[in-house]
Amino acid sequence: MSQNNWPLWEVFVRSKNGLEHRHFGSLHAADAEMALENARDVYTRRSEGVSIWVVESSNITASNPENNGELFEPAADKVYRHPTFYDLPDEVKHM
Amino acid sequence: MSEKEVKNLEEIFEARIARDEKIEPKDWMPEKYRKTHIRQISQHAHSEIVGMLPEGNWISRAPSLRRKVALLAKVQDEAGHGLYLYSACETLGISRNELYEQLHSGKAKYSSIFNYPTVTWADMGAIGWLVDGAAIINQVPLCSTSYGPYARAMIRVCKEESFHQRQGFEIMLKLANGTPEQKDMAQDALNRWWWPSLMMLGPTDAESVHTAQSMKWKLKRKTNDELRQQFIDQTVPQADLLGLTIPDPDLKWNEETGHYDFGEIDWDEFWQVVKGYGPSNKKRMKDRVGAWEEGTWVRDAAMAYAEKKEKRKNDIKRAI
Ligand SMILES: [Fe+2]
Ligand SMILES: [Fe+2]
Repeated sequence: MSQNNWPLWEVFVRSKNGLEHRHFGSLHAADAEMALENARDVYTRRSEGVSIWVVESSNITASNPENNGELFEPAADKVYRHPTFYDLPDEVKHM
Repeated sequence: MSEKEVKNLEEIFEARIARDEKIEPKDWMPEKYRKTHIRQISQHAHSEIVGMLPEGNWISRAPSLRRKVALLAKVQDEAGHGLYLYSACETLGISRNELYEQLHSGKAKYSSIFNYPTVTWADMGAIGWLVDGAAIINQVPLCSTSYGPYARAMIRVCKEESFHQRQGFEIMLKLANGTPEQKDMAQDALNRWWWPSLMMLGPTDAESVHTAQSMKWKLKRKTNDELRQQFIDQTVPQADLLGLTIPDPDLKWNEETGHYDFGEIDWDEFWQVVKGYGPSNKKRMKDRVGAWEEGTWVRDAAMAYAEKKEKRKNDIKRAI
């Protein structure tokens, strides 16, 4: 069997202009060009997209869920970042 | 990690699933969860891939251009389903090559239904109608399964399946309303595919080993017998509509239960096929392994070409 394994790529698709690229899945391809072509066939057979990004999976740095506490919990007690924290009289409309 | 710590993590984990939270690839998970998911998702992927073979058999002989583009698109979808599922499976820490290796060595299973031959054009109708029909019943509940990548892949798969079943039913309808020979052909296909389609939904609940655990992890939401009953109840009226007869003399509407009663399934046949002795097991594996091996030079050449291009790009950069 071949030892030359095609690397893994992550595929992001913009479904229409005005929307962001969204992660659709992944696939194997020899290089970026082939990854784009394969992504077209695998993920957009029914006009699901108008633009594709491919990124070699090994280039993605992901946060570790084990660190979720220190990463995301500090935001939990900052209620003053939300509009509902502020008391205004009922007479104030449209704010 | 101590045994107590693991136990604690497991409890938190099970509670998350019970709350309908999704599990994502980098989350901690019990080893058994990982293994069970690798087994089920890869089996599912293998079924999509091997499932292309019986239908691929008829693409070049489809009776009209309309039928040909539809069948081609369907088979291409099945390739897509296999690829979505393989990549979902790889997020659990197993490589694509290991997965292929398991399929090619016979270690991994795929759906027993694909070990039956497709001998007439009507089989394309029966497969779309019955086999994809049964697959949909199996797959819809998986759209809300607990493992995020699997659930997302299944949502995409389910969206695409409905045309598969409809194009199959259309083939059956056309044949059933055609010449007497065409109608016979449709009936013959139904006769051959009916029972294997019922078996496809898995062994009876009494024999099914994984059900309880799978229910907890939402890999299953209904038992095999419930799914089978659902399939029969929805399919019998469709057969009536076609004017075809389901090959089961015991099939009868039961006023009391509100379901169809049906005859005994030949489970010996099912287990024979699962163990590798179905009519087409050998051919399917030979074709699949052959395609992989004969493609080796193409994969190698593509990789060599990619490396050469990359090197040239770097050389130019350095020269500037
Ligand atoms: Fe499929
Ligand atoms: Fe399908």
